[in-house]
Amino acid sequence: MSGTDLGLPAVRSGIELVPSVDEDTPAQTGKDFTSNQEVRWCPGCGDYAVLKAVQGFLPDLGLRRENIVFVSGIGCSSRFPYYLETYGMHSIHGRAPSIATGIATSREDLSVWVVTGEGDALSIGGNHLIHALRRNVNMTILLFNNRIYGLTKGQYSPTSETGKITKSTPMGSLDHPFNPVSLALGAEATFVARTIDSDRKHLTGVLSAAAGHRGTSFVEIYQNCPIFNDGAFDAVKSPVTRDEAIIPLVHGEPIRFGTDGSRGLIRDSATGGVKVVAVGDEPDQVSADDVLVHDAFSPDATTAFAISRLTDAGRLHQAPIGIFRQVSRPTYDDLARDQIAQAGAGVTGSKSERLAALIGGGDTWTVA
Amino acid sequence: MSKQVKRLDRVIIRFAGDSGDGMQLTGDRFTQESAVYGNDLSTLPNFPAEIRAPQGTLPGVSSFQVHFADHDILTPGDAPDVLVAMNPAALRANLGDLPKGATIVVDTHDFTARNLTKAGYADNPLEDESLEEYAVHALDLTGMTVEAVKEFGLSRKDAARAKNMFALGLLSWLYGRPTESTIAFLQKRFAKVPDIRDANVAAYRAGWNFGETTETFVVSYEIKPAPMPTGTYRNITGNLALSYGLIAGGVQSGLPIFLGSYPITPASDILHELSKHKSFGVTTFQAEDEIAGIGAAIGASFSGSLGITTTSGPGITLKSESIGLAVMTELPLLVIDVQRGGPSTGLPTKTEQADLLQAMFGRNGESPVPIVAPRSPGDCFDAALEAIRIAITYRTPVMLLSDGMLANGSEPWRVPELSELPEIDPGFATEPNHVVSTSSTNGRGSTDGKREFWPYLRDEQTLARPWAIPGTPGLEHRIGGLEKGDGHGNISYDPANHDFMVRTRAAKVERIAESLPPLEVDDPDGNAKVLVLGWGSTYGPIGAGVRRVRKAGYHVAQVHLRHLNPLPRDLGEILERYDKVLIPEMNLGQLALLVRARYLVDAVGYNHVRGLPLKAAELAEAIGNLVADAEGIEVDLTGAETVDATTGRDEG
Repeated sequence: MSGTDLGLPAVRSGIELVPSVDEDTPAQTGKDFTSNQEVRWCPGCGDYAVLKAVQGFLPDLGLRRENIVFVSGIGCSSRFPYYLETYGMHSIHGRAPSIATGIATSREDLSVWVVTGEGDALSIGGNHLIHALRRNVNMTILLFNNRIYGLTKGQYSPTSETGKITKSTPMGSLDHPFNPVSLALGAEATFVARTIDSDRKHLTGVLSAAAGHRGTSFVEIYQNCPIFNDGAFDAVKSPVTRDEAIIPLVHGEPIRFGTDGSRGLIRDSATGGVKVVAVGDEPDQVSADDVLVHDAFSPDATTAFAISRLTDAGRLHQAPIGIFRQVSRPTYDDLARDQIAQAGAGVTGSKSERLAALIGGGDTWTVA
Repeated sequence: MSKQVKRLDRVIIRFAGDSGDGMQLTGDRFTQESAVYGNDLSTLPNFPAEIRAPQGTLPGVSSFQVHFADHDILTPGDAPDVLVAMNPAALRANLGDLPKGATIVVDTHDFTARNLTKAGYADNPLEDESLEEYAVHALDLTGMTVEAVKEFGLSRKDAARAKNMFALGLLSWLYGRPTESTIAFLQKRFAKVPDIRDANVAAYRAGWNFGETTETFVVSYEIKPAPMPTGTYRNITGNLALSYGLIAGGVQSGLPIFLGSYPITPASDILHELSKHKSFGVTTFQAEDEIAGIGAAIGASFSGSLGITTTSGPGITLKSESIGLAVMTELPLLVIDVQRGGPSTGLPTKTEQADLLQAMFGRNGESPVPIVAPRSPGDCFDAALEAIRIAITYRTPVMLLSDGMLANGSEPWRVPELSELPEIDPGFATEPNHVVSTSSTNGRGSTDGKREFWPYLRDEQTLARPWAIPGTPGLEHRIGGLEKGDGHGNISYDPANHDFMVRTRAAKVERIAESLPPLEVDDPDGNAKVLVLGWGSTYGPIGAGVRRVRKAGYHVAQVHLRHLNPLPRDLGEILERYDKVLIPEMNLGQLALLVRARYLVDAVGYNHVRGLPLKAAELAEAIGNLVADAEGIEVDLTGAETVDATTGRDEG
């Protein structure tokens, strides 16, 4: 698979039960996953980059195209399924995780993807998102976060910075924003990552790990809306500023960033969290040996949560990017199928015979 | 000692007590005994929404009414012949429903000053003359129970809790009920707590023996088994019959069942029941909310399961947008509404049928949904299968409207043979269904002659679209809530297409009427000028009311609807045959509104929303008034209202 090496060992795969393409068929390409529908996002929209990356990445999975399902809600990004030559459903606002739960639970042989935005997933559909995460249904959720409502033409969103001037908030928005990664970690998610629309290599690496994870994989994608919130992520995208803004998370690696790794994270004994320090040999710097080493597999989500708090809530100048957490926990859908298998293991007779016995059971009497 | 045994044709007993007194269990056991004995019966559980309302108060009273007879009956009965009251509140709350001369068996133990005050009695009604019009048996049931179970060494509180079984034993003796099934039931239920088990059995036997040996009761009664068609019978509640119908639908269609549901009274028992039957390939998903319940069911249907969601009125409100999605995506889906009193939280444990218009119209846009309704507890089985047949055959969400009375009420049910059940073919699409031609205007840019899959190409007869499930190669397609282009199913904003698709979705639902059998018109001699039209659980009360009117010598016809959408094709012609149409409903006239609008018939409503079934006697009066009006005659029903113990027909 292509993409950034995130330093993660193989675990039981999220696509283990999904049929692969026959070895003797020609290799799939991005074109095989491109539908004939005209893509209708605004010019310059970050969604194009993500679509291209997904279309380019799907062949790497080697799955039969008919066993992949994309489900979306409502919003600009939720048009995504129409452009992929797989099975798909463009559903209703906020409900994609619940629909995907039904798909994943009833069919072990499908690779299930949810495409959603921060309005879809964190406002109207917040309840479904957190419950999907705690249940750990085997699916990958791609949350496109542009920090604005695009499809309804520019109102503030649940991730917009406080004070945002929009059509619905001429004097500035009042709400404190959600941090999607913190929220997912708090909702018991087993796989939580953040990536950026324009960094195809990193995005593909994260997608690859997310697809491979068995359980609900939550991926926040910073995505630029050129019409209503242009430049919201410039700090992490611009070649000039990104080295200072992105805190890269790679499992097993010390968490360092800035020009020449001049800064890093250490535990903050005062708060129990983590903090950014200057790294070096000077007296007011912290030794490179003391920099926190990223452990995505830690059973305890405390450190991952602490790292997620380093994301700016206001105008974005700094954000950790990468896989925050990846731990193994039984999935809801596997457990549900196990119960059905267990219940069916001890029974004899055809379903018809058992149905006759069921409805004719209890206290009965016969009228001759 | 030998006692006189008197024969009765039917009896209505109401067991009433505090909500912690086990009255539902007592009534249920008496019902099972009567069912096994072979009586026809009908039951009406009535309990507060609070799990344990304040003890000894009027709001905390829970009751269970059972009507059993040696002939075919239709309702739980209007007024009890016998009231078993376990405390002052139970007496006070139910006394108003008793006709003069009714028998009251009352546990005197709780008739203390404190409990009398709680129930709102200034004086003890057992000591003044307020009950002199009734046959009162004031007995210390609790005291006798405690005495009877002394040997098991229970605390006084635990010992007293068996008083409901003492009462059950006494009533079982009084009406000659068989005891084996209750003893077997108690032994199984309390198998893990031998002292409680033995105490309950002992209390039950003590109650029986008290009736048998003391001189308190000089007469016992016999109600012969009712003649019924041959077959194997069991007593069944509506929620259980509905659950079995859903499992049967899975077996008959070969589809796995996926139930997405959120607990809500009075529908939760369906979730509980289905969760016990995973061995049939049934998945039950207790969702985070009503919306997720239906969402997961839609996802499962998309993937080739039979998606089902169960709820009550407030849940339907929350599911409305999702039902619209299923209408647009044309996926099979079963939406079960066990109606209760509304609006809002309303009366969670009481019955009503006021969700009909919500089922018809409670969505944005032109959003037609087929509706079926069962008419009795046992009929819930057949209604479930019919709803599944429609959902799968026509690729559509189907609404099934049960209600609280059907859900918790019970009746003898003839267990069907599997050969009587419909075969349902899911008919999944397996290959492309469209050949691309150069004249094609689908805009997909495909090459001429290539075969492709069009998800909205319809079956000519049913207008159903193909059901192509993930995992089927070559049929990859996308569906969703946006308007579809005819045939190819791609997003379309074309005005003419939208108009066409709106009409086509409506026409598809209307096509279902072609598959329906003719309506059964119950008009014995064809002389009726008045037709009574009903739907759902009013079948019993309407039937009983109609019988009373006929018994008094008048003519009236009855039609009961299984299908509310589409309405049967012959309904219009039937309505035209009658001068007057009466539509009794437990709402303010919802079917009447539809019928008046659709057929321009001046239908008259008969409407009560008391949270209880309609009363046969009152309904008979309403029918009688209309008969008098239509035929220009005087109608006198007094002869029909008294019980005729010799012929015993038709008291409802």
